Amino acid sequence: MKGQINAAGRWIPDTINGKPSIPYKGVGQHKPSGTKAAPPITTCSDYPRDGNKVVSSLQEAFKKAGLRNGMTISTHHHFRNGDKVANRIFDTVSKMGIKNTRWFPSAGFPCQEPIIKHLESGVIHHIEGSINGPLGDYCSRGKMKGTGVLRSHGGRYRSIQDGDVHIDIAVIAAPTADPFGNANGLHGPSACGLLGFALGDSQYADKVIIVTDNLIPFPCIPWQIHGNLVDFVVIMDDIGDPEKIVSGTTRITRSPSRLLIAEYIARFVKDTGIMKDGFSFQAGAGGTALAFVMYLKKFMNDSGVKARFVRGGSTEYLVGLLEEGLTDYILDGQTFDLEGIRSMRDNPNHVDTSPFTSYNYHGKGNFASMLDAVVLGATEIDVQFNANVVTHSDGRLLHGLGGWQDCLFSKNTILAVPSFRDRLPVILDRVTTLCGPGELIDVVVTERGIAINPLRKDLLKAVKKSDLPIRPIEDIKTEVEKICGGPPDPPKIDKRKAVAAIQWVDGTFIDMVHKVL
Amino acid sequence: MAKISSAGRKNTSSDCWIRLETRKTGGITVEQQSKVQSMYGRTISQTISRMLEFYDIRNAHLTITDRGALPFVLCARIEAAIKACFPDKKEDYLSPIHPNNMYSVDKSRLRRSRLYVPGDQAKLIINAGLFKADGVILDLEDSVAPSEKQSARFLVRNALREVDFFQTERMVRINQLPMGLEDLDSIVPHGVHTVLIPKCEHAETVQEVEARIQELQIKYKTKDPVFLLPIIESALGVVNAYRIAVASTSTVALTIGLEDFTADIGAERTLEGRESLFARCQIVTAARAADIQPIDSVFSDVGNEEGLKASIAEAKALGFEGKGCIHPSQIPIVHKGFAPSETDIAKAKKISLAMKKAREEGSGVISLGTKMIDPPVVKRAERVLKLAIQNQQIPANWIKEEDCDEGTN
Repeated sequence: MKGQINAAGRWIPDTINGKPSIPYKGVGQHKPSGTKAAPPITTCSDYPRDGNKVVSSLQEAFKKAGLRNGMTISTHHHFRNGDKVANRIFDTVSKMGIKNTRWFPSAGFPCQEPIIKHLESGVIHHIEGSINGPLGDYCSRGKMKGTGVLRSHGGRYRSIQDGDVHIDIAVIAAPTADPFGNANGLHGPSACGLLGFALGDSQYADKVIIVTDNLIPFPCIPWQIHGNLVDFVVIMDDIGDPEKIVSGTTRITRSPSRLLIAEYIARFVKDTGIMKDGFSFQAGAGGTALAFVMYLKKFMNDSGVKARFVRGGSTEYLVGLLEEGLTDYILDGQTFDLEGIRSMRDNPNHVDTSPFTSYNYHGKGNFASMLDAVVLGATEIDVQFNANVVTHSDGRLLHGLGGWQDCLFSKNTILAVPSFRDRLPVILDRVTTLCGPGELIDVVVTERGIAINPLRKDLLKAVKKSDLPIRPIEDIKTEVEKICGGPPDPPKIDKRKAVAAIQWVDGTFIDMVHKVL
Repeated sequence: MAKISSAGRKNTSSDCWIRLETRKTGGITVEQQSKVQSMYGRTISQTISRMLEFYDIRNAHLTITDRGALPFVLCARIEAAIKACFPDKKEDYLSPIHPNNMYSVDKSRLRRSRLYVPGDQAKLIINAGLFKADGVILDLEDSVAPSEKQSARFLVRNALREVDFFQTERMVRINQLPMGLEDLDSIVPHGVHTVLIPKCEHAETVQEVEARIQELQIKYKTKDPVFLLPIIESALGVVNAYRIAVASTSTVALTIGLEDFTADIGAERTLEGRESLFARCQIVTAARAADIQPIDSVFSDVGNEEGLKASIAEAKALGFEGKGCIHPSQIPIVHKGFAPSETDIAKAKKISLAMKKAREEGSGVISLGTKMIDPPVVKRAERVLKLAIQNQQIPANWIKEEDCDEGTN
């Protein structure tokens, strides 16, 4: 296969899934021109005047939507590991005898392991979306017919907007909907908060199907998804497992070393002056990120500092900040627990956002780059601060990109990582899979010290007086390699067989994931 | 007959499980399964061959299930499996001592916090030094199951040598005697600073431990002192507290284990701790009489920060200088709790300066304003200042700085 080395030094094939590929050119270098994609023109007189778009079954909706071989079907991941809809969709597609579809989820979860049988039988040709858990493992073994394409949340929205991906049919699982197709995630037994990841799908797909287990009379307020964009509504009992959609309680890590990492980050944000009146930050729902919020909250309280906005992944901890007046707003991308849903439902300052507002590459600016600080994870980091977030050191694809790449544009990007996991050093000479360029990664915080990217002379200066353990990244790497008994051997992969491609936020390809031997 | 042994943990991350089966013929066969196979499979195989060679084992089948054990853990587990099959093989398989671990500690150093770490939990041991406790206790006693005692000894021994504990005092809690005496063989020649003697009831127990340590020190030609810290956990121990405290000049502190003590006296352990008030006062008194440090028991409810704070305040009021910690999150709270307050320091400084002035003037009576100050008050002030210096709340030469301040004012 022909290909070329991209600007990050990684080899990219000339075509991916039969389409010409553009190799990564550098941050902000790729600027497509022309006009954005658009859905077909529709006419309201073709739709029921009484607004009732309910059809009898998913199969009927697919039939009416004109499902054919080779089409692209999209789903969202707001139900996380409690989703029951994706499996039903492809069981139905299979029953209808349709083959070679492309599944375009905003992310996959372990509960979708049954999808593997549809990949095996040819109902699904390949997946484009965050491929993790058992599906990632399947893909890593080189069993998927096509090449997986991984995009960030913002990259996914971009791909829809610039025509990189054309969605034939979007299926949007909705915790509450009306017969017209207005829908939201705030109410009903499967409440998940918001439906932001399905926004682009509703706007650009040829056909849009709402699937709900909680149909209410028109109007469904608020209409996070506009019924005016919806073709069909399907009632299905049991679309998700509420306990797996959101957790009753999200937990702060109890791991002493992760607590230490979280405390270091909070102190870093304080000591560098990033934490000041009117600042903003984003932290996810992982145990370390929550612990960071807990420590930062204490510092904010002690020094009387208030944030203007925080971005979530909202949890009871962010809600705590909002309700105690430590932030004016939560700009929420996905809701992780019941407190998050309650707050979003009741508090006008807890606002739902989407990849359009937060991460959109083709937007006229986006929220992610306005953030003062973001705390993210990574599986591997190299001494130039390049990072991997999708594969393990053995080369296996196990995680999705999520909003990770998009968030790197924050003013201060902080990676929270243990310096080693079991015996595996996290800081290496070369990351197995490149997902984010080091120039966008400012700080790496481990339990053994904090490394600041030498490009950030301002941060190095700002911590001069701090008693935080600031160390060169090479120094931490050397210490950890000693602990682990030398650097690890490189992963055993088949360089000739790419199983997945990693897209940069702009649509160029930054690296490939290879078959694990 | 073939002998079979096993060591380690099968389903614990950062650990491994080894099964060894001796054979008459057939050479060495290894069945290797590892979570980090593609990255470290090669080095794991090398370690196994090297160790089998070291112990001169020519015919055996070794099975390893590895969940990412670090080298010091891997070696300890292999050694445990080998020695279980071949009790005659006495040699230790040792790696070099970490260059950062070549430090000894002072007898009178701060012992505000001591972090308990189960001696067979590899994952907790490797990071134990990161949390800035005054001491880290690698525990061979209650937190290690009877079947794991031998394996834990090798793990603790390797940890003492190879794990960087970042200048904390390396402590080991041995088992009750006589098993505890055997534990000493695995720790004394390998850089332990302080040995905790559990369920101590008699002065003779301390002396037995001391004698064995001295034997080992002579045998291995080690020079650094090994300190002792008896733990009193019974009614008899409380009654004998002073004799225990003065049994050896190596003893640096005395502490109490309340869980066992309350069971021994037939009481429930309560949050208020009235049932152990006498015993705790006895420990403080005995330790002070022996001029060693009195240290309080652990506070076992990790989630209860307020409870911990109250417990520290009470311990400090009774005269204790430190407390055991069972989670790193307790350490900063303990340090803060045992630090003298700003008011105490200011008052102590005034007294100390008044004493200095009295001495310079050749006066036998120290007075502050119109108040006369008794010698015990001076002694207490000096203790507060010493603690403040150790806690880095004031510089060691604060008197000079105060003099300068006065000069410039």
